[in-house]
Amino acid sequence: MSLEELYKEVILDHYRSPRNKGTLNEADIELHRDNPLCGDEIDLYVDIKDGKIAGVSFDGKGCSISQASISMMTEKLMGMSQEDAEGLANTFKAMMQGEDPQDEDSLGDLVALKGVQKYPVRIKCALLGWNTFLEGLKSYREKHGEPA
Amino acid sequence: MNANEIRKDFPTLDQEVNGHPLVYLDNGATSQRPRAVIDEIKRFYEEDNSNVHRSVHTLGERATLLYEGAREKVADFIGAPGPRGLIFTKSATEALNLVAYAWGRHHLAPGDEVLISEMEHHSNIVSWQLACQDTGATIKAIPVDVDEGILEFDKLDGLLSNRTKVVAVTHVSNVLGTINPISEISARAHEVGAVVVCDGAQAAPHIPVNVVELGCDFYVGTGHKMCGPTGIGFVWGREEILEEMNPFHGGGEMILDVWMDRATYNELPYKFEAGTPPIAAAIGLGVAIDYLNDIGMKAVHDHEVELGKYAMQRLGEISGIKIFGPRDADRKGGLVSFSFEEIHAHDVGTILDTLGIAVRAGHHCAKPLMRKLGVPATTRASFYIYNTKDEVDRLHDGLLQVQKTMQGGLGL
Repeated sequence: MSLEELYKEVILDHYRSPRNKGTLNEADIELHRDNPLCGDEIDLYVDIKDGKIAGVSFDGKGCSISQASISMMTEKLMGMSQEDAEGLANTFKAMMQGEDPQDEDSLGDLVALKGVQKYPVRIKCALLGWNTFLEGLKSYREKHGEPA
Repeated sequence: MNANEIRKDFPTLDQEVNGHPLVYLDNGATSQRPRAVIDEIKRFYEEDNSNVHRSVHTLGERATLLYEGAREKVADFIGAPGPRGLIFTKSATEALNLVAYAWGRHHLAPGDEVLISEMEHHSNIVSWQLACQDTGATIKAIPVDVDEGILEFDKLDGLLSNRTKVVAVTHVSNVLGTINPISEISARAHEVGAVVVCDGAQAAPHIPVNVVELGCDFYVGTGHKMCGPTGIGFVWGREEILEEMNPFHGGGEMILDVWMDRATYNELPYKFEAGTPPIAAAIGLGVAIDYLNDIGMKAVHDHEVELGKYAMQRLGEISGIKIFGPRDADRKGGLVSFSFEEIHAHDVGTILDTLGIAVRAGHHCAKPLMRKLGVPATTRASFYIYNTKDEVDRLHDGLLQVQKTMQGGLGL
């Protein structure tokens, strides 16, 4: 695999200029997770209003794949319903795990991360933000009595 | 020695990776194997394959002779007084665990101390933690001087006392490349009556080793970092210590006689080799040792010092790079660990891979040392007999590409 195929410009752009970086004052989901093997770490903040994601941000440090993936995720999730956000996260995970999800088109720019598949040890870097989001969403729903 | 000639003996090196000729600089993780080793393993399975020590037939005899011949080669290679103290294991990790279990659990007690160092591999930390949990002993560590990349020896006397029962230290650091003065450590440890365990996983492949001169009581190594196969490691121990130790594993081979309620144990070294050993791997390691002896370990070390010096010079030209370990290449094994302030080691490793360059990026199974160095991970280029200055140049150019990619657009 060539350098350009893996480190696509959109990934490097998000890595150098991460979107939605920082904390949220009002967050329904606030979760710290890390990737002990390589030292990637993030804090994810999600604000949910009327069942929709009204705000999302992150703080963190780590490799370009983990940080770009999270930055792209925050852009995508903003304004989505919980169900759509969960669906998107699962579609992204399916793509990274080598399945060919039917709704891959819904991922948009995130398809740029598909090249990471070729580096199995780094798939978990790309998934760190998404798994953190899904975990946070699950406990939010449990807390608010909604079906998990 | 001529690295360009030596390269031809290693089939793996002759390939392109991601469209570039492979530059293999991950020898600290595992070396490549010369054709002679690969051929001998195949030949053994095709011609002599049999179990050892129990079959009275011809193949059994041949397999036993080859297996015991490999033991003698390993013992000679590390300057051991004889093969009886040389025990085959599956890895250096298992060898360290053997010492920590079979010696540590019977000799440590509450109040006792195990002295390790801050530059140990996890296998020489966690195996002792487990022994301490079971016995009530505690662990202390010789600190690392981060700027010099060496152990702080002025602290040694303050750490050693009559409570110290074991001093377990690496011969060569897998992260910093530092060659530790084991003979000096052994002498001081013996003054307080401690047993000395030396982890030679990163030393035996690269520098001449003589356990008598080192003065240690146990010396541990592994085959796959020294041109041999995976699945074979070893520990040499002083015979008088091994004699009074309990076995590590129970099973076939390690017994003299067995009743339902008890057993008597075989003589050394078989007492510590329960079950069918990795026979072909041991024989392959014997051939690897022949191969290294033909080159000569002094020549191996000289070659790596030269490459190490050149690498320190070329990598030192790169702005923003931080190099860890001793500055003086004569005082270290052939490896260079480094990091960039703004670029994660995994990005360095992956980008170099797209350029056909294999390095290790991560914590190198030495998380306490990473914390001390203040980095989550480093990138490590580790050299061996077949590496060349041209490959160091490829690494240098690759690192410039890493910076270009991560900091300022591809510019290709």
